[in-house]
Amino acid sequence: MTNPARLALSLLLLAVLVGGTGCGLVGWDWDTKMTTVIPKSDFGRMTHDIFMLISWWTLGIFIVVEAGLLYVCWRFRDRPGAPIPKQVHGHTVLELSWTIAFAVILVIIGIPTIRVIFKTQEAPAATALHIDVTGKQWWWDFRYPGLKIHTANEVHMVVGQTVAFHLHGPDVIHSFWIPQLGGKRDVVPGRVNRIILTPETPGEYIGQCAEYCGVSHANMRFRAIVHDKAGWEKWVASQQAPPLEPKDELAVKGKEIFSQSACVGCHTIAGVSAGVLGPNLSHFGSRGTLAGAILPNTPANLTKWIENPAHVKPGALMPNLGMRDEQTKALAAYLLSLK
Amino acid sequence: MATQAAFMPGGATKEAVATGVWSWITTVDHKRIGILYGVSAFIFFLIGGIEALIMRLQLARPDNDLVSAQTFNELFTMHGTTMVFLAIMPLSAAFFNFMIPLQIGARDVAFPRLNALSYWIFIAGGLFLNSSFLFGAAPDGGWFGYTTLTTRQFSQGANIDFWMLGLQILGIASMLAGFNFIVTIVNMRAPGMTLMRMPVFIWMSLVVQFLVVLAFPAITVALILLMFDRFFGTLFYAPAAGADPLLWQHLFWIFGHPEVYILILPAMGIVSEVLPTFARKPLFGAPVVIYSGIMIGFFGFGVWSHHMFSVGMGPVADAVFSIATMLIAVPTGVKILNWISTLWGGSIRFTSALLFSLGFIAMFTMGGLSGVMHASPPVDLQQTDTYFVVAHFHYVLFGGSIFGLFSGFYYWWPKMTGRLLDERLGKLHFWLMLIGFNMTFFPQHYLGLIGMPRRIYTYAADLNWGFWNMVSTIGSFIIALSILVFIVNALKTRRSGQVAGPDPWDARTLEWAIPSPPPIYNFATIPTVHGRDELWLQKHGDGHGGAPTPKPAPATAKDIAAIHMPPPSYWPILLALALTVMLSGLLISYYQVIIGGLLTVYCMFKFALEYHRPAQEAH
Repeated sequence: MTNPARLALSLLLLAVLVGGTGCGLVGWDWDTKMTTVIPKSDFGRMTHDIFMLISWWTLGIFIVVEAGLLYVCWRFRDRPGAPIPKQVHGHTVLELSWTIAFAVILVIIGIPTIRVIFKTQEAPAATALHIDVTGKQWWWDFRYPGLKIHTANEVHMVVGQTVAFHLHGPDVIHSFWIPQLGGKRDVVPGRVNRIILTPETPGEYIGQCAEYCGVSHANMRFRAIVHDKAGWEKWVASQQAPPLEPKDELAVKGKEIFSQSACVGCHTIAGVSAGVLGPNLSHFGSRGTLAGAILPNTPANLTKWIENPAHVKPGALMPNLGMRDEQTKALAAYLLSLK
Repeated sequence: MATQAAFMPGGATKEAVATGVWSWITTVDHKRIGILYGVSAFIFFLIGGIEALIMRLQLARPDNDLVSAQTFNELFTMHGTTMVFLAIMPLSAAFFNFMIPLQIGARDVAFPRLNALSYWIFIAGGLFLNSSFLFGAAPDGGWFGYTTLTTRQFSQGANIDFWMLGLQILGIASMLAGFNFIVTIVNMRAPGMTLMRMPVFIWMSLVVQFLVVLAFPAITVALILLMFDRFFGTLFYAPAAGADPLLWQHLFWIFGHPEVYILILPAMGIVSEVLPTFARKPLFGAPVVIYSGIMIGFFGFGVWSHHMFSVGMGPVADAVFSIATMLIAVPTGVKILNWISTLWGGSIRFTSALLFSLGFIAMFTMGGLSGVMHASPPVDLQQTDTYFVVAHFHYVLFGGSIFGLFSGFYYWWPKMTGRLLDERLGKLHFWLMLIGFNMTFFPQHYLGLIGMPRRIYTYAADLNWGFWNMVSTIGSFIIALSILVFIVNALKTRRSGQVAGPDPWDARTLEWAIPSPPPIYNFATIPTVHGRDELWLQKHGDGHGGAPTPKPAPATAKDIAAIHMPPPSYWPILLALALTVMLSGLLISYYQVIIGGLLTVYCMFKFALEYHRPAQEAH
C-alpha cells in the first residue's frame, strides 16, 4: 500500500506547480472586460464590499476547516498494532460553542447584506435619467422617454448621473446585466423591474443577457457607454436630430430599397418607416456594433448579416429576405450613413 | 415483526434465488432492485458525463464551432436533467434499496412489488426522456424549464414535451419509492432499534424520503399546468392573459431547493457511516448530526426564493430569504465539524472509501462556503447565472454528492457483490478524480467573477476566458479517466476480486453481521438492537467497560425454511409500460392515451389484486 500522506503531498505539490504555471502564464487577470470585481458604479461598489467581507470570513473558515482536516488525518493515521481508540460520543460544550460561532459570523455578514438590499432598491433620485429597456429575443431596445431618444443594443449614460433602468419583457425572461456596473436584474414579461445605479467612471462596458432565453442567448449582448459631460451632450444632440439624408449614389439606392422592401415592416427609421418588431435604425450608423453587439458595425459584417441573419446568429428572428449582392451593399451603405 | 412480507403466499426462499433475465425483470428483492438502480443510474451517469464532455470541448476555446447553439442548449438541458433525476437520485436509491432493510434488520422493504414498480417507472422515464435524441427533439429549455420560454409560443417542437412528460413519469417513481421507504423505516426496524438508535444513513434517508414526498407534488403541479398550456391551450403561464411567469419559478424552486437536499443528504448519510468505521470511533455528536439533517430538510422548504433574487421580489422578500438561507449554513457547518471530530482521536485507515469521504468533506466545505456568498442577495446579483454558480453547485453536487456516493460504492461494494474492489485502483480513481474535479471546477469560480455567464455556447476571445476554460476542459477529461479506472476496477474484481467475507472493514452496523452478498432473506434470525452501532457493540462492547451485547442465536435449517419471501411478479414492469404508453400518447395520438389509460387501469387492478384472497379464505 502506498503511503497516502506521501502520495497526497506529492500530488498537492504537482497541483500547485501546474496551477502556479497557469497563473504565471496568464494570471488571474481581474481587470477584464466583463469583470465583476472592479466596480465602476455605486451599485457595483456596494455589492463588491459585501462580497469582499464574506470572502474574508469564508476564506478564514476554509483555511481552518481544511487545515484541520489535513492535520487530523496526519496525526490520527492508523499505526500497526494500535489499540481500539477511545469511543467518544460527543462533547456538548464544544458543539454548542461552534454552533454559536457560526451564528455570530452569519450575523456579521447578514447585517450589511440587509442594509444594502434596502439601499439598492430605494426609489431613484428626482434627477435620475430614466431609460426604458426592452429585452427581446435576442437584442435590446432602449428608449429615453425624457429625451425622446430611441435606440437599440447600445445604452448611453453620463458619469455621475443616476440612471433608473425600467425593464420590460414582451417575450421570454431575459436578464439585464452590465457586470462592471453592478448586478443583474431579470426582465420578466408582465412586470416592470428596475435597476438603479450611478456610473462613476467613463468608459465602454459590455452588457449581456444573463438569463437563458433560447437558442441565441449567448449572442444577446449590448454595449453600455458612460460618457463624460461633453460627450454625453454631443450624443444626445446627434440622436435627437432627424436621420441624415443619404448623399452618395449607393446609399440613395439603399434608401430606396429599404423603403420598398419588407424592412419597413419591422424597423423604424424616423421619417421613413415605422416598424416596431426589430431594432430602431434611425441612427444605426452611429453604433459601434450590430446584431446584438456580437459584431463590429462594418460594411462587410452588415452585408453578411442582411444576406443571412440566422447564419450569423442562430435562430435570429430577422428573415432572410433573399437580397442580392448589390442590394445588400446599397442597404449597408444607407444604414451606415445614418450617423 | 420478523416476517412482515410473509402474508404474501408462496415464495419459498429457494424460488427467489433463480437466475436469468426473467428473474431480474420480475424480481421484488430489494437487493436486486438496488443493483438494478445502481447499474442503470451509473449508465445514465456516463451519458450525462459524455454530454458534459462535449460541452467542455465546445467551450475549450473562444468562438468554437464543434456543436451548434441548438445542440449546446440541448446538451446542458439534458446534462442537468440527467444528473439530477437519472444519476444522483437513483444512485442514492440504489443504496436506499440495498441498505435500508439491511441496516434496520429487516427482510425486505414494506412493499416489495411497489419497489419494483418504482424502478420500472424510473427506467421508463429515463428511456423516454433520452429517446428524444432519436427524434431530434431533445429538451432545450434548461433543467429548470422557465416559462415563458417553455410555453408553446416560444418552443413549438416536441422538445419540451419530452422533458415535461419525462419528469412527470420520473416523479411518480420517486413518490412511490419515497412512501415505500418511509413506511419501511417507520415500521420495519428490528426489535430494540428506537429512532435514536437508527444508523445515521437511515436517518438521512428518512429525511430525504419526506423531502421527496413533500417536494415532488410542487413540480407535479407546475408540470401539469405547463402540460395544459402546451397541449390544451390554457393560459396559466401566459402574461398576455394576466398570468405571472414567476408562478412557474416559485413552484419549480419550492421543489427545486429541497431537491438539492434530496441529492446531498444521502451522501451525508454515507459519510456518517464511513468515517466512524474507518476511524474506529462512533460518529461524534450523532444526535446533533441527525437533528442537523432534519433542520436542513425543514429549512430547505423555506429558502426556495434564493434562486430568484434577480427576479425583482422586492427588498423584504430578498431579506427574509437571505436570512433563512444563511440559517441553513449553521447546521451544515456543524455537521462538517462533527465529521472532523469523528476522525479526531481515531485510528484512521485510509481506504478508498474513506478517501472519498474525506474528499466529500474537503470539497463540500468549499461548495458550502461559496453558497454563503450568494446567500447575500446583492452579491448574488453579480454571481447568479455566471460560472461562479456553476462552480458552486458542482462543488456541492459533484464534490459532495458524487464523492459521497463513490465512498458508498467502495464501502458497500463487498456487501453487495461479495468481493472487495481493488484498493490500488480505488486510490488511483480517487486522486485522479480529486485533481480532475478541482481542475475543472475551481477555475470556474474565477471565470464567473470575471463575468462569464452560464448557458452560453460560445464566447468572444477578447474577454480573456479562453485559458481557464481550456484548463477546465482538460480537467473534465481527467475526471472521465478516473471514472474509467472505476469501471476497470469493477470489471476486474468481479471474478478475481478478494472475497470479502461478512465484515471486511470491522464495521459497526447490522448489514455487516450477515454474509456478503446477503441471502435472499437477509437475516436468518432477526437481531435485537441495543445501540446505534449494534454490530460494534456485539464485537467490542461499548469501550467503557460494558460487556459485548449478545449475538442473535444462529438459525437452524428449519428456521430458514420457514422464512417466507414475496414471490416474483411481472405486474410492476407491465404497469410501468402501460403508464408510459399512456403518457407518450400525448405526443402521438389521443387514441393512444385512451388505450394506454385503459391498460394502466387494467394493470393497476391486476397489480392490486395479485394476492387478493376472497374474504372467506383469509386466515
